[in-house]
Amino acid sequence: MTSLTDVLRLPSRPPRLAAVRRIRLRDYPVIPLLILGSITFVAIFANQLAPHNPEVGILSARFKPPFWVTGGSSEYLLGTDQLGRDVLSRLIFGARISMIVGFTAVIFAGAVGTALGILSGYLGGWVDQVIMRLTDTWLALPALTFAIFLAAIVGPSMWNIVIILGVTYWTRYARVIRGEVLSLKEREFVRLAIVAGCSKWTIMRRHILPNVINSAIVLGSLMLGVVIIAEATLSFLGVGVPPPQPAWGLMLADGKQGLMVGYWWLTVFPGLGIMLLVLSANLLGDWLRVKLDPQLRQL
Amino acid sequence: MPSAPLLQLDRLSTHYVSAQGTRIVRAVDEVSLSLNAGETLGIVGESGSGKSTLALTLLRVLPPAARIVGGRMLLDGEDLVQKSDVEMREIRGKKIAMILQDPMASLNPLFTIGNQVAEPIQVHEGARRKTAWERARALLKAVRIQSPEARVKQYPHEMSGGMRQRIVGAIGISCEPRLLIADEPTTSLDLTIQAQYLNLLRELQREHGLALIFITHNLGIVAKMCDQLAVMYAGRVVESGPVSRIFNAPTHPYTEALLNSIPRMSDPDQRLTAIDGQPPNLAALPPGCAFAPRCLQAVPRCREAAPPPFVPEEGRTARCWLAEPSVAPADQRVASGAI
Amino acid sequence: MALIEAIDIAKHFSARRNAFGGERGVVRAVDGISFAIEQGQTLGIVGESGCGKTTTAKLVLGLEEPSGGTMRFEGRDLRTLDGAGRREYRKSIQAVFQDPYASLNPRMRIGAIIAEPLVTNEKVTADEVRARVAELLDLVGLPAHAADLFPHEFSGGQRQRIAIARALALSPKLIVLDEPVSALDVSIRAQILNLLRDLQARLGLSYLFIAHDLAAVAHMSHMIAVMYLGKIVESGEARSLARAPKHPYTEALFSAALPNHPDDRREEIILPGEVPSPINPPSGCRFHPRCPRAMPGCAEQPPALQVVGSGRVACYLYDSVETDRAAAPIAAG
Repeated sequence: MTSLTDVLRLPSRPPRLAAVRRIRLRDYPVIPLLILGSITFVAIFANQLAPHNPEVGILSARFKPPFWVTGGSSEYLLGTDQLGRDVLSRLIFGARISMIVGFTAVIFAGAVGTALGILSGYLGGWVDQVIMRLTDTWLALPALTFAIFLAAIVGPSMWNIVIILGVTYWTRYARVIRGEVLSLKEREFVRLAIVAGCSKWTIMRRHILPNVINSAIVLGSLMLGVVIIAEATLSFLGVGVPPPQPAWGLMLADGKQGLMVGYWWLTVFPGLGIMLLVLSANLLGDWLRVKLDPQLRQL
Repeated sequence: MPSAPLLQLDRLSTHYVSAQGTRIVRAVDEVSLSLNAGETLGIVGESGSGKSTLALTLLRVLPPAARIVGGRMLLDGEDLVQKSDVEMREIRGKKIAMILQDPMASLNPLFTIGNQVAEPIQVHEGARRKTAWERARALLKAVRIQSPEARVKQYPHEMSGGMRQRIVGAIGISCEPRLLIADEPTTSLDLTIQAQYLNLLRELQREHGLALIFITHNLGIVAKMCDQLAVMYAGRVVESGPVSRIFNAPTHPYTEALLNSIPRMSDPDQRLTAIDGQPPNLAALPPGCAFAPRCLQAVPRCREAAPPPFVPEEGRTARCWLAEPSVAPADQRVASGAI
Repeated sequence: MALIEAIDIAKHFSARRNAFGGERGVVRAVDGISFAIEQGQTLGIVGESGCGKTTTAKLVLGLEEPSGGTMRFEGRDLRTLDGAGRREYRKSIQAVFQDPYASLNPRMRIGAIIAEPLVTNEKVTADEVRARVAELLDLVGLPAHAADLFPHEFSGGQRQRIAIARALALSPKLIVLDEPVSALDVSIRAQILNLLRDLQARLGLSYLFIAHDLAAVAHMSHMIAVMYLGKIVESGEARSLARAPKHPYTEALFSAALPNHPDDRREEIILPGEVPSPINPPSGCRFHPRCPRAMPGCAEQPPALQVVGSGRVACYLYDSVETDRAAAPIAAG
């Protein structure tokens, strides 16, 4: 028979994600990863890094400016807010909230959206119709307004917000994944699985899901920015994470009045935090999109 | 005194260089060929043979990563390698035209057929719209499309695959080129449509005195349509010469194996000769002859040095140590153009 | 008794308007054909686009339900089979498709891919699976350690071998081969065709071989059926059909096949026009608008498939030939 030594030259490494196989060090987007990495680090080690308690303040130390401005002190590096709470500590713990809410909501929305997308795309027929009409209806609702509405009903708490955001943003996944599944369905290895006698559920689990995971991940990274801004907006409007928890959006709301009087540090720092986080998430998502799946390039 | 060949390739080489300059793929490696006016040449090769890159090189439409690194391409005596971009634009479409495998990709879905056939005429001959469209109608008639007056206003998606391929052919000959290069023109066509189309190409060739180059992996097309044949493997021409001579008595083991691996209608009980191994990876060629790992007749020398093109008989070349005549290799004779 | 017997099988699809205001109607993809595949033999189907050969393959595989006619498996009508019977049928018929790059799930290891039909249909232990996979890899000429690798490590020809190994996992009786080598390099095709022939001899497999390369079909098949617009126009023993085709379409088809040698001059029959759409087939004999030997009667009634010599032809040119109208499908040789 034929010899195959010439072609089986590489010892193989299983492609856990297509990304792992294709990434080389110099191809990493360094800055977004650095920023995201730092924020994650800060979020994890908030307890160790924050110099003060973010929720309790000393009234006599209110409205202190950052340390490099006259009147500031090195004890409150980035100043204090109207209740004398350390801005830096609130920023650090706020990172934790943003990251937790962001990631969890994205994963939750992703799980729901991907599952529905697979069911809709693969099963077709009335299942597809129902899910797609549901998606259409959902999309017709203005997302943020809907989220506010839900928050007003169930009451504000961090985990409620996660669920609300997950429930609001799953639609984009469902649509995109459904599209992928529609074309995957026609691929010959799926037909062969049917010929081999696999049930629909086995096919969806074994053949469809692993081949759409990459797209779901890319979508997730792109949705991260959206979700974080949504959370910040909800908190800003007072229906997100409840005080005294230091969500960045909440800090913006609280600091709003201070802007008139020149207390700029109350809004600029949380604003910068949101901006950096979302920007990095978007840049990373963009890069992932190109790297993992050239077919998603037109998204 | 025989007239000079229309097209002459002299040790032409095109390499792909990776962005960092580290990986060099010798897609076309010292290719020498010649073609006379009115003749048909078949360039046969599989994946990794370099035939597609050769086609792109002939028209100088290479992607940015590819570069012509050596040799000459003489069209009517003028070296195309030396031409500037502006000069090449004059030549493309007018002196050399190309038709590709997928007609749907060659035609713009947003423009009418008339528009697309008339365009090269307007561009190259500066013809006015009215004249160009008249010519377009005549061309559609020449490629045997029924009711050209109506068709001229239609769009590509309204036509069948066979018709589209004929339209692509019409665009190709619209400016009366001297040379038409067809890259796998019939792969997507049904058998009877393919027969129509090849028949048409032969007639067009006869009427216009075209030289044709077929780039294909299908030896059947070569057997039917071509006078001359060049077999490519790993970027090199391993055998070239008149078609019937090569079919009757192939010199290179690859050609021989290829001819024996194809099922013959006349002998359905034959045992097909399979060629062991895989087509070559141009980025990692073995030392010596690229075909040696798969060659049943390889000798130790084959793995040490790549053979130059020998001349086993007048008008043929073969890059194989087994074809080495008792005199010194005929490199010099090839370079002077007397293939 | 034939392994598979199709009697007047038909498959109609309803066509909706396409975006450019296309046609509405019924696509008679397969419109009443009869054929049989014997144990250990290959039936080749040839035809151009729209002839219905792919739909026929899907009908045999059970991927589509016939709109009419009867399909028999080992003598039993498929419609009378119970759940267990249907499963038996499914297990006995496997497939190898054209595109080796789309036939294997890129996220699964080769061992899992090959074993999938087995683990889906039988209760087997992990050891039994491993042993069987190794056996199958050996049958198709691949090393045992290939089971741990992923599809992207293999070339097109090797992937097709893997697809064949997988098709053999359940020891099927029939494998449907839909253009199994057209996506492969010319020098690799012979490897795969030889492998398929060897496997047939070794394992007593039957094949339904669909390809547009007439020489390959003639090479691999015992019997050939020629399809045009959903009907079989000629069928018979492969060698004699290739040597002396009777139906005008078959003649044109074989004359259009590319020669093997430049000196191989054959009569060129160039058919006019395009292959018509299966939505609005011509009346009577579907081939009559393009037929170089059409007669006035051809446009009225479609001719039936009749025994002519060693094969069957559906053509009025042979109507005077003395034989029965075939109600039964083609029998072996």
